[in-house]
Amino acid sequence: MDNNSGMTIIVKTITRITVPIIILYGCYIIFHGHLTPGGGFAGGVIIALALLNVMIAFGREFTNNWLNINFLEKLESISATLFLVLGILGFLIGTTFLLNFISKGELFRLLSAGTIPVLNIIIGIKVAMSLFLVVWVLAGLKLDEGESL
Amino acid sequence: MILYLLCFTLMLVGLYGILTKRDLIKIILSASIMGYATNLLLILFAYRNGSIFPILRKGVEIIPMVDPLPQALVLTSIVIELGTTALLVALALKLFQKYKTYDITKIRKLSG
Amino acid sequence: MPIETWLIFILSFMIIGSIVALEIKDILSAVIAVGVVGLGVSLSFIFLQAPDLAIVQFLFEIFALIIMVRAFVKKDYHQEEPSKVNKILIGITIITLLAILYFTASILNLLPEFGEPLMNTAQYYLNNGASDTGAANLVTSIILDYRAYDTLGEVTVLFTAILGALTVLRIKSKSHR
Repeated sequence: MDNNSGMTIIVKTITRITVPIIILYGCYIIFHGHLTPGGGFAGGVIIALALLNVMIAFGREFTNNWLNINFLEKLESISATLFLVLGILGFLIGTTFLLNFISKGELFRLLSAGTIPVLNIIIGIKVAMSLFLVVWVLAGLKLDEGESL
Repeated sequence: MILYLLCFTLMLVGLYGILTKRDLIKIILSASIMGYATNLLLILFAYRNGSIFPILRKGVEIIPMVDPLPQALVLTSIVIELGTTALLVALALKLFQKYKTYDITKIRKLSG
Repeated sequence: MPIETWLIFILSFMIIGSIVALEIKDILSAVIAVGVVGLGVSLSFIFLQAPDLAIVQFLFEIFALIIMVRAFVKKDYHQEEPSKVNKILIGITIITLLAILYFTASILNLLPEFGEPLMNTAQYYLNNGASDTGAANLVTSIILDYRAYDTLGEVTVLFTAILGALTVLRIKSKSHR
């Protein structure tokens, strides 16, 4: 890894320490979405911001090697499809579309509320991947090249 | 009453920006200001005096809570706003890449 | 102090911030001023007892700031030369907007007072939400159980918007090869 791209060594060292903690916090927000404030949207944006932190600190070239961008794009489409599949499962098992067909469990437990945590995780993945991909593509656009179309 | 009026004024400021500014970035900023004002107005309708956030807690008796329905709708709206802002910025950057300017009147002249 | 005083203070601050953002010459300052307005919205959500929304709005503000700063290129590209027609048009616009504000002020009397909502539908959610869905966070139970159809539409809109952005930005790179 070359040290020339991206920011200084101080920023890189601190990023290495903080980014796993930020991602862990995002996962906490997603998994506890049905008990505490937060949920899939907030946790997804936190994870996207953590990935963006890596991209800003280390440069875009490093991110291309570190993450498999094609896989992220597939993950985004798959999570959008899974939401639909879960809805149709509710239709097949029960009576209506997007029915809460898993058992509700006990209130105030982590494993409760049926399909709500599952949908939270799916939405979290979807939001994180799509927002990260947009900024990744925006950062790759070279503005100086225009008027050659 | 005066809160609703102030919130509506904020939305009109955003509308003023969209109608009169010629810089593409400022138009996007005005659109997001209008979005803020609309979200805030919906949440202002939901507030009830002396009540707390709509999240149940262990060992606490049921007390008055604020209306959770507009909060759910606004949560959806904020995320959609983020997506549309990203789309608008992408379009603006693409226009800049071709015309080398953010001024919309110049872009109209060049397209001819 | 009552909550209304705080909210009036924050809202006046936000109006001033947005006017500054629209009228200032430097585009980077304008982006940061809109960031201040968004943080004011987040603060009012906390006052209005909506912690979910405060978190999401705060993160949204940071994200929008990153995207906007990306779009900011150079000061040279953001110069507007004033013309005579422009000033007349701005005057007409301001007069029209003030007229809209005047007529709206009479309609706002028909709405319920601040702090006393109707809550016909929401009372059902508050009473039966926990036993119906098993989730302690009632906002989540509405988003993902009672009104999950809305969320499906939201996911579709987000997917389409992101897909549009990716497509628009990649046209050039394909034609280069």
